[in-house]
Amino acid sequence: MSADPQMLANEIDCHIFADCGFPSPGLNSFMFKPMFEVGGIEFNKPMLLALISTIVVTGFFWAAFARPKVVPGKLQMVGEAGYDFVRRGIVYETMGKKDGEKYVPLMVSLFFFIWLMNLWSIIPFAQFPVTSLIAFPAGLAALVWFTWMTINFKKHGFVGGIKNLCYMPGLPKAIYPLLIPIEFLSNVIVRPFTHAVRLFANMFAGHLLLVIFTIASWYLLNGVGIAYAGVSFVMVIVMTLFEIFVQALQAYVFVLLASSYIQGALHADH
Amino acid sequence: MNLLQIAAEEQNPLIPEIPELVVGLLAFAIVFALFAWKLLPSINKVLDERRASIEGGIEEAEAAKAEAQRVLEEYREQLADARHEAARLRQEAQEQGATLIAEMRAEGQRQKEAIIEAGHAQLEADRKQAAEALRRDVGRIATDLAGRVVGESLEDHARQSRVIDRFLAELDERAEEGAAR
Repeated sequence: MSADPQMLANEIDCHIFADCGFPSPGLNSFMFKPMFEVGGIEFNKPMLLALISTIVVTGFFWAAFARPKVVPGKLQMVGEAGYDFVRRGIVYETMGKKDGEKYVPLMVSLFFFIWLMNLWSIIPFAQFPVTSLIAFPAGLAALVWFTWMTINFKKHGFVGGIKNLCYMPGLPKAIYPLLIPIEFLSNVIVRPFTHAVRLFANMFAGHLLLVIFTIASWYLLNGVGIAYAGVSFVMVIVMTLFEIFVQALQAYVFVLLASSYIQGALHADH
Repeated sequence: MNLLQIAAEEQNPLIPEIPELVVGLLAFAIVFALFAWKLLPSINKVLDERRASIEGGIEEAEAAKAEAQRVLEEYREQLADARHEAARLRQEAQEQGATLIAEMRAEGQRQKEAIIEAGHAQLEADRKQAAEALRRDVGRIATDLAGRVVGESLEDHARQSRVIDRFLAELDERAEEGAAR
């Protein structure tokens, strides 16, 4: 079973002024029992949601783009708007049209996949952002890391590639012994880590806030606590709206950073 | 504390679960493959087509505009030509009219003079004829009168003629004297 916030609160059925402590959510809200097993892999709810994300994203864009028309229908128009947003707004902006064209499919698929994985947070019955489990952003960040590292060494050769990773021209010579290790660490090791954790932590915190206020709304529902419960429920609504914003923003930031990493790998002396 | 909470304390949330990692990457790989292989090339083709057709439409419109401009130019030219022609015709007509009037005036003048001339000639001829007739009549009347007065027949032509001439010359002289006075 899932650690769905509402279900958790329901099962516990614990209220204020009833000799019952606040059942505060924690890491347990991000732990899921396996639901079924296929080919040695135990599937839990987030994995299933990840696969459903695939189906929804490809399903939508298949419907919109598989038989496109010069004069678009409504669905195609929406799809084109999303596609254009990533293509022009992110890829062309960071890499330019000439260099960027090759990476448009990667960035478009990343953006919509991540966005939908985030979006599950506020969709009833799903109510869990898949990206709040580090494995999902880490996998995607690693993929981006391998992509730009490959481009870096392919483009500049081994020495040039290393130089591109940790050397900055035009600084006083005395600084380089200090700068080169820091740059290397920052670009090669910290960069993919922050790339993944930025997405993970935002969704993790957002989900935790939603769960806390949801559980609190239920927990406070006793006697005078009903007034507090109302405040808490308003917070649930507010946080849900805020999450809608954060979900899109974090997907955008992840893809923007991926684009700028690839741009940095394509051009030395950034 | 339930089992999940116990498990959570042992779990570091920054350590990825391998099955989740694999499934996540697989899920993304499918999305990426479909986008790269089928969906984006398909939409790009249509977007290019649309751009081409819009550009074509613009070109067509520009051509039509140029054609319209050319036709307008032509019409304006023709209109100006026509105006010019009309003005020229008017001018010509005026000139012709003036010439015609002048000609007719000259002709009228000429005819008038001819008529006056003819009238004068006729008058002169009539006058001469009348004078001739008068002289003859006067001669005869005078002869008759003289014959009657004198009582003798003046049948001798030569003598008769001399007498008449002398008589007439006297008449002329008198007439001239009268005119001179």
